[in-house]
Amino acid sequence: MSDAAHIPDEAETRARWGGFAWTDENARIAKEIIARYPKGREHSAIMGLLDLAQRQVGAETHTQGWLPVPVIEFVAAQVNMPYMRAYEVVTFYTMYNMTPVGRFHVQVCGTTPCMLRGSDDVLAACYAKGMKKGATTEDGLFTLSEVECLGACANAPMVQINDDNYEDLTFDSMTAVLDTLARGEQPKIGPQVDRQVSCPEGGPTVLKEMVDANVDYRPRWGTVTPPPPPAPSQGQKQGG
Amino acid sequence: MLEDKDRIFTNVYGFQDWGVEGAIQRGDWDDTKALLDLGPAAIIQTIKDSGLRGRGGAGFPTGMKWSFMPQEPKPGRPNFLVINADESEPGSCKDREILRHDPHKLIEGALVAGFAMRARAAYIYIRGEFIAEAKNLMAAVQQAYDKGFIGKNACKSGYDFDVFVHRGAGAYICGEETAMLESLEGKKGQPRLKPPFPAGAGLYGCPTTVNNVESIAVAPTILRRGAAWFTQFGRDNNKGTKLFQISGHVNTPCVVEEAMSIPFRELIERHAGGIRGGWDNLLAVIPGGSSVPLVPAAQIMDAPMDFDGLKDLKSGLGTAAVIVMDKSTDIVRAISRISYFYKHESCGQCTPCREGCGWMWRMMERLREGNAAVGEIDLLEEVTRQVEGHTICALGDAAAWPIQGLIRHFRPELERRIADKQGGADYAVAAE
Repeated sequence: MSDAAHIPDEAETRARWGGFAWTDENARIAKEIIARYPKGREHSAIMGLLDLAQRQVGAETHTQGWLPVPVIEFVAAQVNMPYMRAYEVVTFYTMYNMTPVGRFHVQVCGTTPCMLRGSDDVLAACYAKGMKKGATTEDGLFTLSEVECLGACANAPMVQINDDNYEDLTFDSMTAVLDTLARGEQPKIGPQVDRQVSCPEGGPTVLKEMVDANVDYRPRWGTVTPPPPPAPSQGQKQGG
Repeated sequence: MLEDKDRIFTNVYGFQDWGVEGAIQRGDWDDTKALLDLGPAAIIQTIKDSGLRGRGGAGFPTGMKWSFMPQEPKPGRPNFLVINADESEPGSCKDREILRHDPHKLIEGALVAGFAMRARAAYIYIRGEFIAEAKNLMAAVQQAYDKGFIGKNACKSGYDFDVFVHRGAGAYICGEETAMLESLEGKKGQPRLKPPFPAGAGLYGCPTTVNNVESIAVAPTILRRGAAWFTQFGRDNNKGTKLFQISGHVNTPCVVEEAMSIPFRELIERHAGGIRGGWDNLLAVIPGGSSVPLVPAAQIMDAPMDFDGLKDLKSGLGTAAVIVMDKSTDIVRAISRISYFYKHESCGQCTPCREGCGWMWRMMERLREGNAAVGEIDLLEEVTRQVEGHTICALGDAAAWPIQGLIRHFRPELERRIADKQGGADYAVAAE
C-alpha cells in the first residue's frame, strides 16, 4: 500500500529501544491494569499495556509516542503473549502509532457529521500551517491525521490533539488553537464557541435549573398508577 | 413535551458535579439495596414491563436479553456483563455525555443489571479516543468502591460485584458485541460467528450479556419509578425517554433527552433552533447514525422519531443520532464519505465486506464526479445487495444501506451528474 506507514530502520530501532523497560510509576500502573482481568486471562491487558508503553516512549522522546518493535516485544513478554499476537493488535487498532509522530498529533475528524459542519476548513487551517496528512512537520511539532468519527458530533467539526478535544471549530479558531500550541501554551479545551459542552449554543432548552443548582427532582416525581392490564382476548404475541 | 422532572440524565450538560457526592444529591445510589432486594426475577420483569428496547441501535428488548442468562452460574464459569461504551457510530455522541457527566448512573445500573443476571462482574468497554471520559469514569468507579457501593457486599446487599473499565484503542468494529469480546480478550476485534451467542459462551467462554451504556444507565430510574412511569412516554412498542443527538445543518446542534416518538419537526424546532435556512431548505436526514438509510425532507418532517416510525420510512432509529442535511449539501459526497468510513473500519474478516466496502467507496467517488455510466448505478445497487447479509456481522449491511438509501431517493441526482459530465456517453469501467 502506497500510503502505508514507513517503519524506521530495524537496526537503529533495536539499538535505541532494545533496553526498554517500565519506569517505576508505569510498572505500578501496569500491575494495576493486569489485575483488572481474571487469573490466566492476562492477555486481556495487552491493549492497556501497549497504550502505556506508547505513552512512555512519548515521554522519553518528548512526542506523542509510538511503538517500536522491541517495545512491542517487551510488552508481549509481560503477559506471556507471542510477539506476533501483540503485533496483530498494534496493526489492528488505529491509536497505536507504528511510526514516530510529532509533539502534537493533530487528528482531524473528517466523517460526514464533521464534514457537513466544515471539517474541510479545519483541514485547510492545518494545510496553511504546512502540515500534510500522514506526515510530521519539519520542526517536529505537528503530525496531521484525518481520523474517523471521534464521537463528538453535536460539537462538529472537531479535532483531537494529543489527549484533548477542540470542538465547534472554524478555520480561524483552528488556526488560533494551533498557534497557541506552537507557542507552548494550552488552548481552551472543548468548544471554541461560547457554549457548555453539547448544550445548545445560547443556553439549554431543558433543565435550566441545573445550570445554577444541583437540583434533586425526586420530590416532584409523584406516582404513576399502572394502566389496567389489557383484555385477554387481544393477547396476540408479538414477533416469532 | 417531556418535563424536566421526568428526565433521567439531569446532569447531561455537566453543569454540576459528576462525582459521587453530586450524584447522590441528584438521587443516584439512593437505597440501591432496596432495588436489589426486589430480586433478579422482579428486576427483569420490571424492565420487560417498561418496554425498554436496547439503546445501542438494534432495539432488542433489554429485559428479554437479560433473561437469556443462566440463572445459576456453574462454578468456574461466572456470568459477565459487558457494557458497550465504544461509541463510534458517526452521528452518535450520547454515551459520551453519560460517561463524563453522569457516570454514577451507569455504575449503579451496572450493579442492578449485573445482579439481575447473576453476573460476577461488569466490564465497561470505553472507546480509546474517549480519554477525558475514561478518566471521569475510572474515578467514578473508584468512588463507588470507596463508598462500598460496589465490590464485596455491594450496597450491603450481600452480593459481590466488581466493575472494571477497559479502554479500546480505535476500532469501530469493537462496538459489535462479539468483536468487543474478542478485543476484551486481548485480540484483534474481529466478530465471532453466532451461534454460540454470548449468553451461552461469551467473554472467556462464559455466559455474557452485552448492553449499551444508555440501556444500563436508565435501569435504576425505571426500577425506582416503576415500569408504568416509563411507558407513559412514546408509542406502543417504542416506550420511554431517549437521548437524541442532533448534528449537521441545524442552528444549534445539541444532545437532548426527549420522549420517544417525538415528531422530527418538534425535536428540531424545540431544541436545535430549527433547520439552517428554514424548513424549505431541508434536503434529507439520516435519522439514526451513519448506518441507516437517509430519509428525504418531505417524508421525515412530521415522522415520529422512534423505532417503528422510522422503520416505516425504510430507515431506522439506530442510536437516535440525527444528522441533518440542508440543500447546500453535496449529498453524494456525504454518503460517499460514509462509504469511506466503512472501508476504513471493515475488520477484513469476510471477503464481501473487506473487498466490497472499498469497491463501493471507489464507485461512489466516481458517481460523485459523474465519471460513470448510468448502468453502473444499477451495478452498484446490485453489489450492495451482494454485501448485505453475506457477512458475519452487520458492518457489511451498515455499509450497504446508506448507498441503497441514496439510490432510492436521489437517483435523478446521480444521473444528472453523469449527464453533466459527459453528455451520457457510455463509460463502462467498473471500479477496480
